[in-house]
Amino acid sequence: MIVDDIVGLRRILSQSRTLAVVGLSANWYRPSYFAAKYMRDHGYRIVPVNPTYEEVMGEPCFPDLASAKKATDSPIDIVDCFRKPEEIVPLARDAIAIGAKVLWMQLGIRNNEAARIASDAGLDVVMDRCVKIEYARLMGGLNWAGVNTGVISARRPLTSHG
Amino acid sequence: MADRKFGFDTLCLHAGQIPDMATGARALPIYQTTSFVFDSADHAASLFNLQTFGNVYSRISNPTVCALEERVAALEGGRAALAAATGMAAQTAALLTLAKNGDHIVAARTLYGGTYTQFAVTFSEFGIDTTFVDPDEPESFRRAIKTNTKLLYAETIGNPQLNVVDLAALAEVAHEAGVPLVIDNTLASPYLCRPIEHGADIVIHSATKYLGGHGTTMGGVVVESGKFDWGNGKFPQMTTPSRGYHGVIFHETFGDFGFTMKARMEAMRTLGPALSPFNAFLLLQGIETLHLRMPRHCESALAIAQHLAADARVAWVNYPLLPGNRYETLARRYLPRGAGGILTFGIKGGRDGGAAAGVRFIEAVQFLSHLANVGDAKTLVIHPASTTHRQLNEEEQRAAGVLPEMIRLSVGLETLDDILWDVDQALATASR
Repeated sequence: MIVDDIVGLRRILSQSRTLAVVGLSANWYRPSYFAAKYMRDHGYRIVPVNPTYEEVMGEPCFPDLASAKKATDSPIDIVDCFRKPEEIVPLARDAIAIGAKVLWMQLGIRNNEAARIASDAGLDVVMDRCVKIEYARLMGGLNWAGVNTGVISARRPLTSHG
Repeated sequence: MADRKFGFDTLCLHAGQIPDMATGARALPIYQTTSFVFDSADHAASLFNLQTFGNVYSRISNPTVCALEERVAALEGGRAALAAATGMAAQTAALLTLAKNGDHIVAARTLYGGTYTQFAVTFSEFGIDTTFVDPDEPESFRRAIKTNTKLLYAETIGNPQLNVVDLAALAEVAHEAGVPLVIDNTLASPYLCRPIEHGADIVIHSATKYLGGHGTTMGGVVVESGKFDWGNGKFPQMTTPSRGYHGVIFHETFGDFGFTMKARMEAMRTLGPALSPFNAFLLLQGIETLHLRMPRHCESALAIAQHLAADARVAWVNYPLLPGNRYETLARRYLPRGAGGILTFGIKGGRDGGAAAGVRFIEAVQFLSHLANVGDAKTLVIHPASTTHRQLNEEEQRAAGVLPEMIRLSVGLETLDDILWDVDQALATASR
């Protein structure tokens, strides 16, 4: 199912614990590093996937999702893709194979075929959104950057840390 | 299920402000603090690297100020916003994020005097040149664009000429040239016009005027639409590692709010015109009734314009929605809910001319306030030729759209009959 609304995104972020970050860079100033470090700082486990590195952010880095899954003792909930749109279809198949629950394409990335494949297999699919920005938008923090979060609510936010 | 699209009035009250995380306070807390503690050395490093969102120092961001930023962004239909100490400061932060020494601006000739001087004098001394063109002719903008042009600039409603620009036509010219259209929407407010819906890329406000609405507080806001393609090759400052913020590439890292982040982390951080939290609180209180105040400002202004147009002592009246006004068609298209609370008029000159009659009018009003501001809840009046534009000679005044007899009224929220009464008795004195 393609998820693009606040309720659905909140559900994904609150039910998930482990993210395999495909295409994670070891350079601290790259967007993928920003996002992964942010998510780790907010309680998520990060499993780096990138054939270029053996280690990123002090975590072992795997060449592909299958080997990441084999070496990781907990389920991988989200496959977070920092790859070009044309590289997403095989990642969708890999995400299904490792039993991931969410195929997440980062900001600027859409692939409708990959979305259909993952949806048909029962995965939630998010496209063209940054996992860090969405977490900060819905759980608090992005508002401190003056961003229009779209959140209208009279309830106190759940987390205490941006 | 798609997210609900909340109405403008709801956004005036709620956008940017959920109950306080720490206390549950429903009204906006005033975080009157310069600085914010770090949870750990690593948290501090993440904040400085922009790897996490959070507050470090109120010159850069503050939880009270950010509520104002988000609210104005929501009201304008934008992606993100940055507040500043004044409208001029907001404009400085926005424009110095777009243009540097050697760059060029194309701007409407009919601008608020402070903006005109900022471009023609201050930015010129920075090495940023501006070509001023006829705002009635989108083609004149196109003709003035050069390879180093970085933005087009105009006001939704010009001040004090009250000319209305063709936003969609200007946006088309700007986008063909690969540059953003920057619009000062101060005199319309987002209640009357949302320039982003017509193609503008950046909207600037002097929040001092209708947003705050009560004449208490200076403030400015820059809103980014989130739609402009900063990666089109004309803005290397957005797509190459920042010299001002240790190598961050703002467009790549922050996507559709990269411009706002750059303006915040470079211009606001290094130039320093931050908005105080208390002022942000006051401006937000004002915005909570923007949707109630603006219709009244507009209704009363139109009624006074019609009244003056029918008065034999008055030579001319200028209000964009007055039938027969030169900008009536554009105003009906871009300002269908009203053309704002400002109008100008000229008194027929007696033996000593219209300028002298204008001065007498100003001195004869009883409760209309003689001061140099607009957009207050109270009715304001000024005679530009003898005040704001007095350093110019008559020829220069006419070029700036200021006729010797021109009186500018910023119509407030008092009983309409009382405003008409004061205008009428002052006209009697002025025409004597």
